[in-house]
Amino acid sequence: MARQTVAVIDYGMGNLRSVLKALEHVADTQARILLTADPKQIANADRIVFPGQGAARDCMRALRSTQIDAVVRDTLQSKPFLGVCMGLQVLMSFSEENEGTELLGILPGNVQRFPERFHEQRLKVPHMGWNNVYQVRPHPLFKDIHDGSYFYFVHSYYVVPEDPTLTVGVTEYGVRFTSAIARDNLFAIQCHPEKSSHAGLQLLKNFINWDGQS
Amino acid sequence: MPLAKRIIPCLDVDNGRVVKGVRFVEIRDAGDPVEIARRYDEEGADEITFLDITASSDDRETMVHVVEAVAETVFIPLTVGGGIREIKDIRRMLNAGADKVAINTAAVFNPDFVSEASDKVGSQCIVVAIDAKRVSTTDAEPRWEIFTHGGRKPTGLDAVEWAREMTRRGAGEILLTSMDRDGTQQGFDLELTRSISDAVPVPVIASGGVGTLQHLVDGVTTGKADAVLAASIFHFGVYSIGEAKQYMAAHGVDVRST
Repeated sequence: MARQTVAVIDYGMGNLRSVLKALEHVADTQARILLTADPKQIANADRIVFPGQGAARDCMRALRSTQIDAVVRDTLQSKPFLGVCMGLQVLMSFSEENEGTELLGILPGNVQRFPERFHEQRLKVPHMGWNNVYQVRPHPLFKDIHDGSYFYFVHSYYVVPEDPTLTVGVTEYGVRFTSAIARDNLFAIQCHPEKSSHAGLQLLKNFINWDGQS
Repeated sequence: MPLAKRIIPCLDVDNGRVVKGVRFVEIRDAGDPVEIARRYDEEGADEITFLDITASSDDRETMVHVVEAVAETVFIPLTVGGGIREIKDIRRMLNAGADKVAINTAAVFNPDFVSEASDKVGSQCIVVAIDAKRVSTTDAEPRWEIFTHGGRKPTGLDAVEWAREMTRRGAGEILLTSMDRDGTQQGFDLELTRSISDAVPVPVIASGGVGTLQHLVDGVTTGKADAVLAASIFHFGVYSIGEAKQYMAAHGVDVRST
């Protein structure tokens, strides 16, 4: 089998070096990892990684101005697709961030801010650090990862999908929120697998081996 | 809330070499940041902080290469402090693979730098390091001030107020060092840690004074810190990160099991 290509979409939002390095680390000689903003290269790749960092409004602006939004929609039709962090959030319809931001609307649902308080306790926001991802249903990307494994998170907003059956992973921080979503060839996760040591690397490895079926 | 309390080993790096004698038995090169960082990752460190203590600014480029090399094989969050004075210093470190930078002295002399930095690269990348020293007498209401130059120069700034101000300006995390306790192995200044943690809406990393594993527990329970940073107890092989986590877990602290 020819060496496959994984395109990491670079639309100018944040530093993608870690994502690139982690993918290279797990792909070994199996795949070529390409950091790219070129729609042609993205369209020709075998799999897509869609990262993201920063505020919702800036991300959406960057996606539109680079016309990567259309590319994302296209590739989502067929190829194994991994959204990471803001790459999960922008797939939703609407975010509370920046006084309300329209998102790509690929997955119906909203993005909400963590509450400041939880019962008597104040909740520090951003939710920063290692937390458990509980697997509410099996998925090929969870292969060889223990249920409840710790992953590294940094975010102030979380997704609430309209269709609860899309949720494959949940995490608790004040509220119990959806930390991973899957639909057909799409998988998207709120934490940073590229910074989550063994569990994270395993997830990335699973993605490289994934046939896109859930 | 099962968000784990983090254990962060801190490495002092001088001209690309780890100093302060890290003692891993089976390590080939005790000064190699890559090898040491990889070892800490395997032991279950939740994050690694590098403090660049290189004296000459001409040699700062060395630190960029250190971060690059570490980030190629160690996949946990990396923080770099020391000599971060301009936006371009921050960008260089982030591009090299650091996840966060710690701003210390530059924040004291130019608080706008923190606002600008968090605006440009996002609060989640900006840690403000605070070096505080107790200035109140024993029977008075406790009070701490910010000190610079390794705890030698007072600034007159109230530590709690300063921490608040830094988070208002966009600091995503506070790295709090008690200059009274640093190097003493007598434990964190818990009153200070708790005062700052209560005052700010962002995570606080306690630092300065760890000598026993109980000190780590105290830091998060009594001190209400979100993370604990230590250097010598890990470097000198007194305790491994794994032992620290076991001890903390046994004392009711949520830690990441690996």
